[in-house]
Amino acid sequence: MRKAFIDTLVELAERDPRVLLLSGDIGYLALEPFIERFPARYLNCGVAEQNMLGVATGLAEAGFVPFVYSIATFSALRPYEFLRNGPVLHRLPVRVVGVGGGFEYGHNGITHYAIEDVAVMRAQPGLTVISPADYLQARSALLATWDISGPVYYRLGKDAKTLIPGLDGRFDRGRVQITATGDDFLILAMGAISREAVAAAEELRAKGLACTVAVIAEVNPAPAEDLAVLLGRFKAVMTVEAHYLNGGLGSLVAEVIAERGLHCRLLRRGIKDMPAGFSGSEEYMNRSCGLDRGSLAEAALKLAGRGE
Amino acid sequence: MGGMLLSITPYGIRKIILEQSKRANVGHIGSALSVADVMAALYCGVIKAFRTKEPERDRFILSKGHAALALYAALYLRGFISRLELDSFCADGSALGVHPESSLGCVDFSTGSLGQGLSMAAGAALAARLQNSPRRVFALLSDGECNEGSVWEAAMFAAHHKLSNLTAIVDLNGQQAFGYTEEVLSMTPMAERWRAVKWDVIEADGHDVAALAAALAAPPADRPRVIVARTIFGRGVEFMEGKIKWHYWPMSDEEYALAISCIEKLK
Repeated sequence: MRKAFIDTLVELAERDPRVLLLSGDIGYLALEPFIERFPARYLNCGVAEQNMLGVATGLAEAGFVPFVYSIATFSALRPYEFLRNGPVLHRLPVRVVGVGGGFEYGHNGITHYAIEDVAVMRAQPGLTVISPADYLQARSALLATWDISGPVYYRLGKDAKTLIPGLDGRFDRGRVQITATGDDFLILAMGAISREAVAAAEELRAKGLACTVAVIAEVNPAPAEDLAVLLGRFKAVMTVEAHYLNGGLGSLVAEVIAERGLHCRLLRRGIKDMPAGFSGSEEYMNRSCGLDRGSLAEAALKLAGRGE
Repeated sequence: MGGMLLSITPYGIRKIILEQSKRANVGHIGSALSVADVMAALYCGVIKAFRTKEPERDRFILSKGHAALALYAALYLRGFISRLELDSFCADGSALGVHPESSLGCVDFSTGSLGQGLSMAAGAALAARLQNSPRRVFALLSDGECNEGSVWEAAMFAAHHKLSNLTAIVDLNGQQAFGYTEEVLSMTPMAERWRAVKWDVIEADGHDVAALAAALAAPPADRPRVIVARTIFGRGVEFMEGKIKWHYWPMSDEEYALAISCIEKLK
């Protein structure tokens, strides 16, 4: 995702001199295409993310479109108040790029896991929050949002190979993207973990449970109309996210269900407890939180009344 | 640029600070009085300011946002905000709150959370350089604010990038909300700290408008400048000077009358 994102950013920078790239001393073997093409429009701000956000605010006020890049925990959480009082409060086109949503930094441990970023980001009015499911969607999402007037948070994965079957790189603002249709059960997924949700749906189909699967890439503002229509058609839904249960996609869906008075039972799959004191590969960590395809399929069967 | 230039005096700013804080029954009086002379020096012709957000205006960031009343006073005396707007200070629904907001055309950045202004100023200065613009950027910080680590992130950044179009002023009044800076978290020696991060440092009497104006007028070519302005908290109102209480307290009727008579002596 990040490779497609940077390649696309180079294209955009060719077209628009307002585009700048700021890094918090992160991005080795990722940012080089931009740095080599536009050395004067790239700035390594050092390990000082608060200042980086403040600098981006000053640049954006003067007419630039600065992209601020780091690992998601460092670009989203460390300078959060700078983001709130800077680009959000001033409604400026700063783009915060956070790499590694969920457990993508595997063995690096909890300091590198962005598992509450979506919750805190979507709390901010006027901050568009984008969490693509694969690299083609990351590209589409960037092309659709890079020059909007307000700030954007992009939550990117590192996977440059996996494509979500049925997604075909689609991204439409204010919409959900349906990747599979079935009448028995609904699965809603956010981010790179969507691959596990889609694979779970395949397993479920083989077991006779036909699922509709939708990817929610624009989390804020929420695609509430699309969600309401979808949720209104099903008795049960499972949300899947590599994120704490509080405040993320599952919470968002709960808000829609409650506010619209829908009769759809909700199972939120995400991270319940603080993953501290142990670490491992992304796959291991996802499995330990029940976010692997097998666990997801099992949970869906149970909720749909087909489990043991 | 527009607006009246004639009547921006430290006395005029102090009088408005007292009148408005009394009318609104709010505090932060001592912090605002502390920078009345700095604000007069800035807005008497140093800052190329406008009523609206002209792209080529100089930028000013009141990083110690709690002294907004001193800024509003200067903006009023400059003719950028009306008497009606000034008299709405701290009224329900007013754009003029305790901390300044950029919804006002003549306020460049909203502030109020300490330690954020210098980063925004550095970005604004970098933007001017990238756009080959001669515009300058000014940021006014408090000494207590320099407790914030982010101030030093911004200071290092501005020095590294040789942002000579950026000038900071530190209001060195030696006080912060809950005590004297020496007792809370010592920043002494302030000037040395800025020299250590490679800024051009001028130490000045923060109540000498001519000295401040001179220090603000001619920035160095190769690095950002900071004016460490020695000030007295509550300056001009003897019973407030150096008193912690006046960070928060509003004035009684008697205190207000006395305060007004005090500043008359500075006229």
